[in-house]
Amino acid sequence: MIGVWHAWRGRTPRGEGPWAWLSAGSVALSLLALAALLLLLTVRGLGHFWPADVALVTLADGQQLAGVPVREVALPGDGRERLYRTGNAELEDGVWAWVPVAAITEVEYPRELVRVERRRGDEMVGWLVGMTREDGRWIEGARAWTALQERLHVLQGLRETRDRLRETVILPHVSEREPGDGDTPELTRAYARLQELQAAMEGGRLILRAAGGERLVVPLEALQSARRPNAMSAIDKLADWSDAVWRFLTEGPRAANTRGGVWPAIFGTVLMVILMSVMVMPFGVLAAVYLNEVAHQGRVTRLVRIAVRNLAGVPSIVYGVFGLGVFVYGIGGTLDTWFFEERLPSPTFGTGGLLWASLTLALLTLPVVIVATEEGLARIPDQQREGALALGATRLEMLSRVVLPMATPAMLTGLILAVARAAGEVAPLMLVGVAKLAPQVPVDGHFPFLHLDRKFMHLGYHVYDVALHSGDLQAALPLAYATALLLVLVILVLNLTAIFLRHYLRVRHGMPSPR
Amino acid sequence: MSATRDPRFAPRLAGACIDFAPEASCLEIQGLSLAYGDTPALEALSLRVPRHRVTAFIGPSGCGKSTLLRALNRLHDLNEEVVREGRILLDGQDIHAPEVSVAELRRRVGMVFQAPNPFPMSIYDNVAFGLRLQGRVSKRKRDDTVEWALRSAALWHEVKDRLQASAWSLSGGQQQRLVIARTLAVGPEVLLLDEPASALDPISTLKIEELIRNLKSTLTLVLVTHNMQQAARVSDYTAFLQGGELVEYGPTDTLFTNPRLRRTENYITGRMA
Ligand SMILES: Nc1ncnc2c1ncn2[C@@H]1O[C@H](COP(=O)(O)OP(=O)(O)OP(=O)(O)O)[C@@H](O)[C@H]1O
Ligand SMILES: [Mg+2]
Repeated sequence: MIGVWHAWRGRTPRGEGPWAWLSAGSVALSLLALAALLLLLTVRGLGHFWPADVALVTLADGQQLAGVPVREVALPGDGRERLYRTGNAELEDGVWAWVPVAAITEVEYPRELVRVERRRGDEMVGWLVGMTREDGRWIEGARAWTALQERLHVLQGLRETRDRLRETVILPHVSEREPGDGDTPELTRAYARLQELQAAMEGGRLILRAAGGERLVVPLEALQSARRPNAMSAIDKLADWSDAVWRFLTEGPRAANTRGGVWPAIFGTVLMVILMSVMVMPFGVLAAVYLNEVAHQGRVTRLVRIAVRNLAGVPSIVYGVFGLGVFVYGIGGTLDTWFFEERLPSPTFGTGGLLWASLTLALLTLPVVIVATEEGLARIPDQQREGALALGATRLEMLSRVVLPMATPAMLTGLILAVARAAGEVAPLMLVGVAKLAPQVPVDGHFPFLHLDRKFMHLGYHVYDVALHSGDLQAALPLAYATALLLVLVILVLNLTAIFLRHYLRVRHGMPSPR
Repeated sequence: MSATRDPRFAPRLAGACIDFAPEASCLEIQGLSLAYGDTPALEALSLRVPRHRVTAFIGPSGCGKSTLLRALNRLHDLNEEVVREGRILLDGQDIHAPEVSVAELRRRVGMVFQAPNPFPMSIYDNVAFGLRLQGRVSKRKRDDTVEWALRSAALWHEVKDRLQASAWSLSGGQQQRLVIARTLAVGPEVLLLDEPASALDPISTLKIEELIRNLKSTLTLVLVTHNMQQAARVSDYTAFLQGGELVEYGPTDTLFTNPRLRRTENYITGRMA
């Protein structure tokens, strides 16, 4: 971009002639590609949560359908075809409809058209006929809409209470219970309360009329929300959209990851990267210090250095296999026979989990940290070392008080590179501990608070799972885009944190920032 | 280091070792030979450095001045290649004796290098660096010592309002005086200065020279310099080295006005062979 800008202003970029043009052009091209990628992710991902208007389409043959226009393609030969998302999976021609644009005689946006989001499965589109309340009373007309909203609100509250009960009382009890133990009174009470809540949610049905005239009947407890997008103002929609984005960020997934949010995946990704950093930094820095400050600079050290550099190029799946064989089956299996014998044959550490995944990624990123730290150490002038020694410092004091603080920016550069590599890595994780669904995050209020043996969710794996393993790719793709965007943002935030920290340290030490 | 002579060192040259005996000596170098691997840098060098005086080492580039200076506080210990023979006595004690701690020796024999090398920390922390290494010193005592060291290095008035500023924000001349203050703060008996003013402007140079003259009431100073005028201005005794050998050593006035050897005279007057 900068190059092109200079060119527009009639200046030549640094250097002369066609080479400068070529290099400036390729910089501009890479930036454009990057911007396009982010734009795609943002528009498709965030657009997914927007309560789009529903069109009522009348075709030339008198047929009607209601749906959200998704995209339009040119047909071979003449004409165009438009894809509508019509929902109503129970109907024969439900969910998606391709309509030749030429056959459309009228498109309207009636304010009363309703989009109903289900807890699982596709949404429903149609006119509200009426609803039976949980006590069996029939309500129709305008009052039915208000009654529906009220009931959905109540249901949401009941669900939240139930989930809290399950997370704070039942799951911890169950996971702490030794095999063969009976239920504690507290657990029995909790189960009874659970039944009550479940019963309170049942009852009541919603009746819709689809655009084609069919009647649709759904139990109310199967519904998440209902809205009339055509009657909503832009501000209503924005509020609705932010609410949906917020829920996507903070809720757990539902319906085999095709619905709900990605909170456990965000949490898992960040936690794993942090654990990985905690493991890789001390080892990487110590190794670099040994190679650069302690070891005799001979042929062996040179060989080791070359080997470390080459280790950075080993494909990540190889690390995954190594982690599975050595960490999971080897170390984990041994730990189980020593400390968790009573739980065998069900493994505790002898299966993939947070600890092994972080350790595998730490191994994967170790070379990056070593190389970056070593470069930082090599840049420190010997006069600094001698200055410290001349004041009576021992070698250890010299290292810890002068050399290592001066090398922290370089270490952080290593950390930044390591995080960038580790946060996006999916392949090795599939072997050592990532899970398709692990709604219980690995940190909770129960001893030992951080559960290193648990499986965890990961944004990168979630993208893969959502995109490939849900029945309806059309429907899942926006969710995959949104998750991918989130992954990029998480990496960005982690990196920016390290960059700011590095900048802060440089400023504190009065060191100039390199260009 | 064996007591027998290393065959790599050339035989002792007659006349190269001038036994000049000034006043009470602080440092005594006895037959010091030193080589970097197979390259000899000092050959059978003997001289005594008088207490509370400024002794200057002069000589052409590569003659071994820095090597000699670094030998005096055992900075060569880091370099595995270095082979040494001969003795160096500080107050009569061999500095290589097993009971001598290197850290302790380096506190007693401070060193200031050619390029200012303040640490990337605040001015205060730089000066307090050596004190902190020595363990528990009360903050009050530390503050006092830092102030005293900065005053002794004639830097106090320039930095007293910004002790927490980065040391790298100081000018080159100020940085060099900070390094001197840092060294003074650990209370050395000997201060080795390796071309301390060669990277500085004339005014900073004058300040450093004045500082050297003031410090000699309490310290023994050894100064390496390429600047003849500087050596003449500040030093009491001057040693002329060439090719790793001590050529001539004597009171500065005598050496500059009436050198005994032709080689010395040629060097001083700028007529190099
Ligand atoms: N680390 C080292 N390894 C090998 N040889 C060295 C090393 N340091 C110095 N030498 C050699 O030892 C000799 C003396 O060097 P020294 O640095 O003591 O000279 P100097 O008198 O200080 O010179 P200058 O006035 O240029 O600073 C030179 O020939 C130099 O090449
Ligand atoms: Mg030198």
